[in-house]
Parts: sequence; C-alpha cells; structure tokens
Amino acid sequence: MSTFLIIAILILGFVITFQIAKASEYVAILRGEEKARKQSNRINGFLLLIFLIVGLIGVYYCNEALKGKLLGESASDHGEKIDMMLYITIILTGIVFVITQVLLFWFAYKYQESDTRKSYYFPHNNKLELIWTVIPAIALTVLVGFGLFYWYKITGDAPKNALVVEITGSQFKWEMRYPGRDGVFGKKYFKEIDEAKSNPLGQIWDDPANHDDIVVTGDMPIVVNKPVKLIINAKDVIHDVGLAHFRMKMDAVPGTPTTMWFTPKFTTAQAKEKWGAEFVYEISCDQMCGKGHYSMRGTITVITQEEFDRWMYSQQPQYYAAFPDRNPANTPAITDSVKVASVNPTAAGTTLMN
Amino acid sequence: MSNEVNPNIHSTETSHADLHDEHHVHHHKETFITKYVFSQDHKMIAKQFLATGIIWAIIGGLFSVLFRLQLGYPDETFPILETFFGRNAEGGRIQPEFYYSLVTMHGTVLIFFVLTAGLSGTFANFLIPLQIGARDMASPFLNMLSYWFFFAASVVMLSSLFVQTGPASGGWTVYPPLSALGQASEGSKIGMDLWLISMALFVVSSLLGGLNYITTILNMRTKGMSMTRMPLTIWALFFTAVLGVLSFPVLLSGFILLLFDRHLGTSFYLSDIYVNGQILPNEGGSAILYQHLFWFLGHPEVYIIALPAMGLTSEILSVNSRKPIFGYMAMIGSLFAITILAFLVWAHHMFVTGLNPFLGSVFVLLTLLIAVPSAIKVFNWLTTIWRGNIRFTPATLFAIGFVSVFISGGLTGIFLGNSTIDIHLHDTKFVVAHFHLVMGVSSMFGMLAGIYHWFPKMFGRYMNNTLGYIHFWVTITGAYLIFWPMHYEGLAGVPRRYLDLSGWTSFNQFTELNKFITIVSIVVFAVQLMFVFNYFYSMFKGRKLTTTNPWGANTLEWTTPINPGHGNWTGEIPEVHRWPYDYSKDGREFIPQTEKVGEDESQH
Ligand code: HEM
Ligand SMILES: [Cu+2]
Ligand SMILES: [Cu+2]
Repeated sequence: MSTFLIIAILILGFVITFQIAKASEYVAILRGEEKARKQSNRINGFLLLIFLIVGLIGVYYCNEALKGKLLGESASDHGEKIDMMLYITIILTGIVFVITQVLLFWFAYKYQESDTRKSYYFPHNNKLELIWTVIPAIALTVLVGFGLFYWYKITGDAPKNALVVEITGSQFKWEMRYPGRDGVFGKKYFKEIDEAKSNPLGQIWDDPANHDDIVVTGDMPIVVNKPVKLIINAKDVIHDVGLAHFRMKMDAVPGTPTTMWFTPKFTTAQAKEKWGAEFVYEISCDQMCGKGHYSMRGTITVITQEEFDRWMYSQQPQYYAAFPDRNPANTPAITDSVKVASVNPTAAGTTLMN
Repeated sequence: MSNEVNPNIHSTETSHADLHDEHHVHHHKETFITKYVFSQDHKMIAKQFLATGIIWAIIGGLFSVLFRLQLGYPDETFPILETFFGRNAEGGRIQPEFYYSLVTMHGTVLIFFVLTAGLSGTFANFLIPLQIGARDMASPFLNMLSYWFFFAASVVMLSSLFVQTGPASGGWTVYPPLSALGQASEGSKIGMDLWLISMALFVVSSLLGGLNYITTILNMRTKGMSMTRMPLTIWALFFTAVLGVLSFPVLLSGFILLLFDRHLGTSFYLSDIYVNGQILPNEGGSAILYQHLFWFLGHPEVYIIALPAMGLTSEILSVNSRKPIFGYMAMIGSLFAITILAFLVWAHHMFVTGLNPFLGSVFVLLTLLIAVPSAIKVFNWLTTIWRGNIRFTPATLFAIGFVSVFISGGLTGIFLGNSTIDIHLHDTKFVVAHFHLVMGVSSMFGMLAGIYHWFPKMFGRYMNNTLGYIHFWVTITGAYLIFWPMHYEGLAGVPRRYLDLSGWTSFNQFTELNKFITIVSIVVFAVQLMFVFNYFYSMFKGRKLTTTNPWGANTLEWTTPINPGHGNWTGEIPEVHRWPYDYSKDGREFIPQTEKVGEDESQH
C-alpha cells in the first residue's frame, strides 16, 4: 500500500513540475526570451556560488558526522605506515580539492554573462601550462616515493622468526593450518581433498610432516608483537583475506598460493579495552566469490605467546581426525609408543631435533 | 554577421564542386524502414544509439535502486518485489544470488551499453561527419551494422535476465574460476554464456564503429579542415576509437578462452579446484591470466568512457564562455598521453592478487603519471571559463558539473594508484565511490551536457530549460550526497559487493548512512526519469528552432539546415579557414570556421 502511495506522490510531483516548467516557457516567450534568459542566468550563477559554499560546509559536516565511525588506530605495524601514507595523501589532495573547486565555482559565478563585459581572448600561455604540468608531476613523485618505500617494506620477506599460518578460503568459510611441532607444513594435493574422510585441505598422509599439522576452522589465533606470515590458498574460486584492522589484504587464488605478513600490536583483550567489549578482529572476504560472499567471515584472536603455546598444546592434529585409531589417546597405553614410532618415525625424529 | 553558409563560397572551385555533385540531392525513395530502422544516415544511427542507450540507462538505474533498497533496508520486506520477481525476492527480500545479478547487470549495462555504446555511439556518429564536414561516415553500411550488432548484443543480454538460473552474477569483471564454473554459482550457468555471447557481439559492434570513426576522421575532412583545426570533440572521439580498436580484441580473446574453459575442458584459467564437493581435473591454468586480459581492456575502457565526455565538455565550455578553449594543443597532447598511458596501467587493478611487488611498483609509477595529463586538462578548463562571459544553459551547467566531479573522483584515484594505500582500500566501498564519481557520474554529466547542447541539431527543437535546470541541480547534489559519504564506508574497510552488513561487528555502524544514500538514489533516479520524459516530449513538442545556429557556435554542424537531410549540406560542403575557437576575437563574439582569415586579423 505505502509503495503505491509513494509512487502516486512521485507521479503527482512529476506532473506538477512539468506543468510549471511548461508554463515558465510560455511566460518566457511573453516577457521576451532574452530577458528571461538573462534572469535564469543570474539565478543559476547564484546557485553555483551557493552550491560551493553549502558543499564545502557539507564536506566538513560529513567528516564530523562520520569520522567517529572509522577504524581506530591501526592494529599492525604495517597498518601504521599505510595510515601515514593515507593522511599525507588526504592532506595533499584535500588542499588541491578545495582550491580547484573554489576556482571552478567562483569563476563560474564571477564570470557569468553580463552586458558590460567582453570575454578575454586567451587561447594559450606556455608558461602557465608548464607550471601546471610540473607542479603536479613533482607532487606525485613525492607521493610515489613515499608510497614505494613503504610498499617494499610491506611486501618484502617476512622475518625469520615469523609465525607461519596457512589460510585457505572456500565457499564460504576460512580454514587455517598450523605446522605443528615440527614447524613444517606437510605436502598437499587438491585431489586428496575428502571432507567425508576429514581431509578438507587435501593433506597427503604419506608425508610425515602432515602428522602433527593442526587444522582449525573460523578462528585464527596469532601471537601479539610477533610477526605472522600467512600463506594464502583457495580451493574453489578466488577469495581475499581482508583484515581491515590490520590494514592488510591479499587475494586467495586457486592454484597459486600467495603470502602476506604483519605484526599485530594489541591482543584481542587489549583491543576490547580500547574499542569496546564487542570488538573482534574480523577476516572479511574481499573478492566476489558467490552468493555467500557478504557473509564469508572469519576471526582472528591475538594472544600472548604463553596463551598461544597453551592453545597449541590443546589441539589435536588433523591426522588423528582422519585416522582416529592412530590417535594415542584412543588406544591402550601399552601399544601407544610402539604405534606412534612405527607409523611416524620421521615426525618423531624431527621433534627430537627441535 | 551571417551564420548561414554562404552559397557562393566555392563558386570559383568548380572541380571541387563536381566531386560532390552526385551527393547533392537524394532522389531515391525513403521508406519508413530505410529512414528509421535500417538507416544508413549517420544522424539517424546516432539517434538509434542514443534511444537504445537511454532505455538501457533506465534499466541499469532501476537495478541500482533495487539493490540500494536491500543495502538501505536489509531487514525490511517489500512485498511488491515478490510480486514482480517471484522467488528471486521471496518474502519481499532480495535474495543474495539475485542481488549479485542486479549488481553485475547494473555495472555491465552502464559501462558498456550506456557509456560506451550510448555515449561514443551517439556522439561519434552524430558529430564526426557534421563537425569535419563530411556527408556521412566512410562506410555508412558498416555503420548501420555497428548499430545492429549492438542491438543484437542488447537482445541477448536482455534475454539472459529471463533464464531460469538467472543472469551472470559474478560482478561486471566476471573473474574466473567463479564465472567458469556452473557449480560455483547459479549465475555462472547459462546466464554466463549469454553474457559472453552478448559481449562478443558488443565487441564486434564497437570495432565496426571504431574503425569507421577513425577512417572517417583521417580521410573525409572537408577542404581546409587540417587535423589541428578539428574541434576537441573530434580529437577526443578519435582517441576513443583508437583505444577501443586496440583493446577490445584483447578482451574478446580473454572471453573466448573463458568459453573454452567452460565448455571444452581446457585449463587456461583453472587449476587445483575442489568445488561443491567435486574435484576438477584441471591443472596448470592461471586465474590471474584472465585478469591481465580483462584489465588490458578494462582500464582503457575507463578512458573510452571518459574521453568523449572530456571532448564534449571542452567544446561546450568554450562555446558558452564565449572564449577559446585554453591550451588547444595541450588538450590534444594530454588526450594523446592519456591514450598511450591507458595501455600501460592495467595492473593497478591487481596490486593485491599476488602480483610481483616490483612489477607492482612499475605500475604505480605509470598510474600516477597518468594523473598529470588529467591535471593539465582540469587547469585548462578552469582557465577557459576564467574571464569568460558565461551563459548557463543546462549543457553548460552539466559541463561545469563534469569538471567538479572529475576533480573529486580523480583525486581519490591518487589514493588507489598508490599501491601501499590500495592494500587497505582495494575492493572496498571507497573504490565504488571513486569510480562512480570519476567515470560514472562524470561521463554521465558529459553525455547529458552533449544531449542538451546538440538536441536542437538532432531534432530541430529545444528541450525544456526549466526541467533541465531542475535535472542538473538535483542530480549534482544527489551524486555528491550518494558518493561522498560512501568514501567513509570504504575507509572503514567495508568491502564492496556486500549486501548485508549486520553479521559483522566491524562494519555494522553505517545503517543510518545506508538508508540515507538509498533515499537519495531514489530521488536522483526519479529525476532522471523526468529528463527522459523531457527528451521524448521535446522531440515532438519542444519549442521549434528558428535559427540554424542557436548557440552562436563556430563549428560546421551549425552551418547545415535546421533539419539536415541525408548528406547534411544542401549545397556545397563548406570550406574551413580557421580553428574552431575564435570566440571574442578582435571584438567579435564569434567567427565561424567557414570565414576567411581577414587581412588585419590579429594572430595568436
Ligand atoms: C543512481 C546512480 C547510481 C547508484 C545509486 C549506483 C550505486 C551503486 C552501488 C551502491 C554499487 C555497489 C554495489 C555493491 O558493491 O554491492 C554499484 C556498482 C557499480 N556501478 Fe553503480 N550506481 C549508479 C550509477 C552508475 C553509473 C552511471 C555507472 C557507470 C559507470 C555505474 C557503474 C557501476 C559499476 C561498474 C559497478 C560495479 C559492479 C560490480 O561490482 O560488478 N553505476 N553502483
Ligand atoms: Cu568472497
Ligand atoms: Cu584502471
């Protein structure tokens, strides 16, 4: 019902506007077209000036109203650099914005048609043109310089001590894999994927490095103040690991693993203190991936090293989910050591070496 | 001072006159079909492109209103939607798959069908022969085919809206593997095939048109019309055609490989895929290859849309400021620079795809380089209106509006072109705000300015001015109200193509803003309908022209009769003696291109 009402009102407004517009055309002819034209010229010139003033106030007001809804301080070290670049660019472009818009609308208002003025025949001026080629070029060079300096830092190699986590996107969820005690990810092959047999990532069980790898879904614990390097995969279509609070983002492409790294600055607990109790670090999928794209959500929990170690210790390797009978917890204690040793000699070796 | 063509101008040049004798009078009978449907007259073809473009603009705009309803009121139900769209809007709510179809069609339609075919198709066809002094295009027949291929593309695209699994829904960029695998999305089934077929037809249309425009401009200029005496509209349309001819074939090749992957079991873009419980055999392909092929057109496409609008704006600002365009040669130079650089920046859409960071940095440099010619153009427009004597026709206002939104949208490009900042802003609402201002709204403004300005030449009547002014003021205000605050959503990290933010703790703070934007878009859309009404009404009922040159312009199209027939000039094609921008020179308000340079005229 209300829909029809709105449509009826729209149509009515439409008809009225049209009648007025038509009438004004007749009136113009009656009063003399030239005179009517000059009058509408003055009105529009004035409106241009008003638009400029109200517009600039609007820009200010919009900022006041919305700046509180932006992200707070960056939660990663890379993010600080990105924010810094962002502020420099906002200031620089902001200045250019105000100057050019003021000139545009002010000129339009000031030089509106008038009987007393003749246009100034001014077809070109090499000096002026040179100036406004060179100045933007210099300003842009500065921005590029800063930008690329940070760009190389951010996209450079991750530090050696980084925590490495593998994250895999698929319609419409995130799965993470940790390398386990050996610090090595086991090999994968997509044709091994078998969700029914608890092998969602296609781990090759013949590779002993897989036997202690831990797979979790949805939430990714990482360590505060310790660089984390993500190895990013996708199973079906392109996704994207978007971390707004850390200001990081990288596509997940099936068949082509990508990487990114950063260092989180605040634990989730600290962040909750800063930004409120509901705060969570969210992973948003930022690349169109199908009908559930808008809901492809993961989370990150940033904790201390100690908490992380405890969490890690409590996890079961995916291997045991795939082969419950090989889980020492499920078999009598006596055969335990024998079994693990016989199935998994290398893993045991690596552990020892660590 | 006479604005009519002086019929005696060429009286001494009989040989030149003979050359064109055969064209002078058209005796063959024109039926309704040959005049209005399968017409080979460039002016009629231009009107066909425009009318088709307007219809598509209404459809594409309506789609944006529909998905804006969802974005603004995610929790509300609109039973009327279910009446119209059935299970796509079950319970009065737009279903996700349907939302993505709407967004995809909105983008495809507005970019390709409205602002490429509708804009270039209209103004290249209409203005090239008229402004360079030719009786028609080099090949009127291919020109007609160009329209009918576009028409066929339109029919196929339209039909895809009605197939059972729905139209394409992977975004206007249709990245594989999503677009290659029917298992991954309903829209990637038959709808995607129709999308690809439609776009292939579209590419053919645009190539036929483009080659014709280039040939005509290079070969068919009237006597005295050297390249550097051409209006900037023609220069802009020329570079647009060059861009299209060089980049559309690459897009087509990308699409053909995609069709192979979809139907012939090839693995150009596919590798290591486990989808919907199924392991696919494909190995060794690269999904990123598609993105390179796509953006090799996709970026030039942005300029295919923007350059004609720049050309129209330059011409309209100069005519209505009664002042020459400032820096004519610099304007051509910057168009040229933009054309070259447009081919060298495509990977700035791919900074976060895992692209080699060094390669990325090269593209950063080239991208920010392209900002320089754009800046030159802006400063030249500003100087053009400086110390002018400006008449605010609706066309002038839209041209001024073009410069304003082009500045606003161009400046945010400097954020996105800088790869470091793009890490944060890529694929957020910031990008949506940026490209709408710099390419969507600005080119729309250029196109509208062109329509208001050349309507009298097209139909021999004026559009209603009052409606034109209302149209302008509501549209520019609305455009800023919609897209300015949208930047803030992007800065907060809200990803694009998200139809409901309520499931997120980081992004759910914009409910009020989203409602506001939705309401404004509905108003803006309604006002566009008013424009469409004004257009069609004025076509038949508008005030009639009484003079051939209503704006006091210098260019050749205003030397033709009020309603020119096929062949444009009844007599001789006029000869050109000067550049088109002698406004307010030596105390004269305007000096048409056809007037000989006087003995004591000042030099510039
Ligand atoms: C009333 C005017 C318009 C409104 C309110 C509007 C609104 C929007 C919004 C909100 C989106 C993003 C949807 C999402 O991310 O979920 C979008 C996408 C898009 N719009 Fe518009 N738009 C308008 C006019 C235009 C015009 C004139 C163009 C022409 C270039 C255009 C081209 C696009 C494109 C290419 C996309 C991206 C589609 C995709 O993601 O695949 N829009 N529009
Ligand atoms: Cu996604
Ligand atoms: Cu681009």
